[in-house]
Amino acid sequence: MSVRVGVISFPGSNCEHDVLEGLSSLGADAEIIWHADRSLKGADAVIIPGGFAHGDYLRCGAIARFSPIMESVTQFAMAGGPVLGICNGFQVLTEAGLLPGALMRNSGLRFLCENATLEVVNDSSILTSMNQAGDQIRLPINHGEGNYTCDAETLARIEDQGQVVLRYMDNPNGSVARIAGVSNEMGNVVGLMPHPERAFDLLFGSADGRSLFASVLGAAEHFSVSKRDSADSVGRS
Amino acid sequence: MTILDISTEIANDARHVPLGLLDDEYGTILEMLGRVPSDVELAMYSVMWSEHCSYKSSRVHLGRLPTKAAHVLVGPGENAGVIDAGDNVAVALRIESHNHPSYIEPFQGAATGVGGILRDIFTMGARPIALMDPLFIGPLDDPHSRYILDGVVRGVGGYGNSVGVPTVGGQITFDPCYRGNPLVNVFCLGVLPVDRLVLGQASGVGNLCVLLGSRTGRDGIGGVSVLASAGFNDAEGETKRPSVQVGDPYEEKRLIEACLELLDAQLVVGIQDLGGAGLACATSETAARAGLGMDVDVQAVLRREPNMSAVEVMTSESQERMLAIIEPQSRDAVLEICKRWEIEASVIATVTGVDEEGVGHLRIVDGPNGAVLADVPAKSLADEAPLYHRPLAEPLDHRARLADRSVDGLTSPDYGEDLLAMVLDPAWIYSQYDHQLFVNTILGPGEADATLLRLAGPGVFTNGKALAMSADANPAWCAIDPRLGTAASVAESALNVCAVGATPKALVNCLNFGNPTHPEVMWQLSESIDGMAEACSALSIPVVGGNVSLYNESQGNDIDPTPTVAVIGLMDSIVRRPPARAWQSGDAIVLVGKRSSNVAGSRWAREVHGARNGALDPLDLVEHRQLCELISDLVRAEAADVVAPELVSGVHTIADGGIAVALAECSIAAQVGCVVDGLTDHRELFAESVSRVLLATARPDELIARCTQAGVLATVIGTAQGSRVVVSELLDVSLDALTSSFSDHIGRALGEVTSR
Repeated sequence: MSVRVGVISFPGSNCEHDVLEGLSSLGADAEIIWHADRSLKGADAVIIPGGFAHGDYLRCGAIARFSPIMESVTQFAMAGGPVLGICNGFQVLTEAGLLPGALMRNSGLRFLCENATLEVVNDSSILTSMNQAGDQIRLPINHGEGNYTCDAETLARIEDQGQVVLRYMDNPNGSVARIAGVSNEMGNVVGLMPHPERAFDLLFGSADGRSLFASVLGAAEHFSVSKRDSADSVGRS
Repeated sequence: MTILDISTEIANDARHVPLGLLDDEYGTILEMLGRVPSDVELAMYSVMWSEHCSYKSSRVHLGRLPTKAAHVLVGPGENAGVIDAGDNVAVALRIESHNHPSYIEPFQGAATGVGGILRDIFTMGARPIALMDPLFIGPLDDPHSRYILDGVVRGVGGYGNSVGVPTVGGQITFDPCYRGNPLVNVFCLGVLPVDRLVLGQASGVGNLCVLLGSRTGRDGIGGVSVLASAGFNDAEGETKRPSVQVGDPYEEKRLIEACLELLDAQLVVGIQDLGGAGLACATSETAARAGLGMDVDVQAVLRREPNMSAVEVMTSESQERMLAIIEPQSRDAVLEICKRWEIEASVIATVTGVDEEGVGHLRIVDGPNGAVLADVPAKSLADEAPLYHRPLAEPLDHRARLADRSVDGLTSPDYGEDLLAMVLDPAWIYSQYDHQLFVNTILGPGEADATLLRLAGPGVFTNGKALAMSADANPAWCAIDPRLGTAASVAESALNVCAVGATPKALVNCLNFGNPTHPEVMWQLSESIDGMAEACSALSIPVVGGNVSLYNESQGNDIDPTPTVAVIGLMDSIVRRPPARAWQSGDAIVLVGKRSSNVAGSRWAREVHGARNGALDPLDLVEHRQLCELISDLVRAEAADVVAPELVSGVHTIADGGIAVALAECSIAAQVGCVVDGLTDHRELFAESVSRVLLATARPDELIARCTQAGVLATVIGTAQGSRVVVSELLDVSLDALTSSFSDHIGRALGEVTSR
């Protein structure tokens, strides 16, 4: 049975179709979930795609965190469900307090759409379990506010606990410690600024995003099994 | 009924003057109506009969363009052209200018240019999947031009990125003639299932018209008349700023989704965007196209601010609005979909029948059963603007300038320095644009002669087809010879599309010219249209839409004639990236096409020597077509097969900057230099004759045999190798120096550190 992935769509999201296409090409049963809904419809993993949720005229993600679906996403994350935020989705997850740090304007003060080379720092996250630490991968970036920042204490903690998932080789946006992606403490919530769904086929320049999404699907399957097991054990008791 | 004394009336009533209507035009209105028009009527005529909306100076010439082909589903006259791409998929395309607003307020001018062209595409039922932005700006050493460039690029990116439509190509030209009047052209392309195609017609008496999207405010009033249809004088720009609209890409994003959902649910009979001339245009055009009338209740229009007059409501150019014509029973379902997308909507009008003479009337009423503020034939607004056969005159010095061959004697002390000054990487521009959304971009901006996309979009699939597009204009060629220059621009654009392996299918144009009351400008326009018609006919490319922007002048100086063309092409099957601007060390560099040593009209002559005279090379369109087909076949063979060993490893058409810039760009892309010894002299290095392509190959004999077989001349002129670009006895520059001049060209001028 294929795993179910919920792809959250806010008004102003724009990468949801690309994420859906990538997931489907890997055999996942992916579905768009509207921000005003409250149910994740039995999803085994949640992806918040890129775009400009609610227009992002304020700080990116500042309004999206109040969308009704975010309550369910938070509960899902607390229960250990795999949650991935890409680009604007990463911004939303930091605003929702599910990930440490914040994303500021790029240091060059210009929007940047280009390819970036990244180093896999932690290979045990839900995103990178199919890679090896030290792998270099190539993914497109596309953002005006991707400059990751956090206070010194938080930086020391997330470095220490292996929460830094990806680093830019050539820091395009001025992120602290070249951070391109981070996870929460449990490792089940990951956010990254680059776009894995844009790197699914060499025809478009890179296929390095496939293993990242495959890793998320692996985590979803694992979570789905554990959900079933705990439901079974509840049933037996 | 009192007899109307037209000349007395014109003299006594000065209302039409500040609205931009001429005395004669006012006279025509008086005659047509047989009475004095109301304020609302007069305001509607002034915007609908503006140059921008009515094409009154250009229309008599536009009919000479070829517009028909079996695959054309919708030609000029609708909101966008549409072609059949096979597999039940259609492609909608259009190009427009937003020149005057972008000079006054670069960010919002460019942003709303993007917003406007997007609406033209999704109003046809197509999902916009690609934008291109040909820009023409004053020189980089002019501070105000740098400010314009920065604002325009931020505006295009700010709107396009946020609304979720990638900007996948464009063109940048810097020239002093655009200092006081920059050109911002925006092309948009959308895809649709053929059966979702819908037209802007208000058919069905009793049907309702729903205004969707933003509320109507006082922004952009008179944008088409006082702004877009007049030139600029000193300091006038500042006072015209309130006529520039303000864009809201988030509203537009929701409007796109809501409209496509309404169309998918088959709830819409006809739909039209609101752009220039606002409601006056949308209501009169949809009614006129259906041959019917319409009753519009101005009170039902949702407003952004209180106390707006009916004139303001009918002529406001507030952005992000659409007019949908629906059957009465669909009303609740339509409003429900709008609510879900957080889009405001109100029923503002009803489609009405015709009078005893078969004329449909546009009636504006002030509330249900309220006063009638306007009652005029809808067609009189939409279709019956005066047509001007404006005087044409070839400039007095034109022939003498063509005969002046002084460019032949031009030389430079250091051709390497000339080349370093000419290379320019547009990445500074396109890296500020999302150019990858929808994961269609196979060859993006800066990678090849044309952009190559997978032909697909959300909900639209094809069997591995690809779509090529290229936007081109060469005002330097057109300034010398508008007819031949325009034909050569079309030829270049078609060749660019072939250079990524596609077959050209359609063209849209944006004709940017100076003041049409100058006979020389009208002559340029007329010649340009003839040149376009000749090239399009010879290359079998139908013109499916266009836009004319006149009054591009400042302080009485007209811009160089700037006919922008965008050619799109299709490719049946693609499995790997075609060769682009690159080569491998050891490849032979082959010059394909007729050789030329004519530097007239070249960037080198113009930028290095300030020389603008001489005649362009004649263009043999039969030979050009052979070249196009050959190049397309060669490149397509590479893209369609993963197994065959490469015959062609690099392609670059020769355009502005000549062979010199083409060699430099291939070397920079590959980071492999070249040694070239097959050129006659510096003139052959910088000549821009259009029917030529550079190919790189590891098997030159086989490639030359293929070219010869196709009747096309091909010569090996050098080899890709090393870390320098060397042309025997002419130039020798290091690849590093060339790369940094190329990459930093714009950033350096703007005082930004581009290396990091």
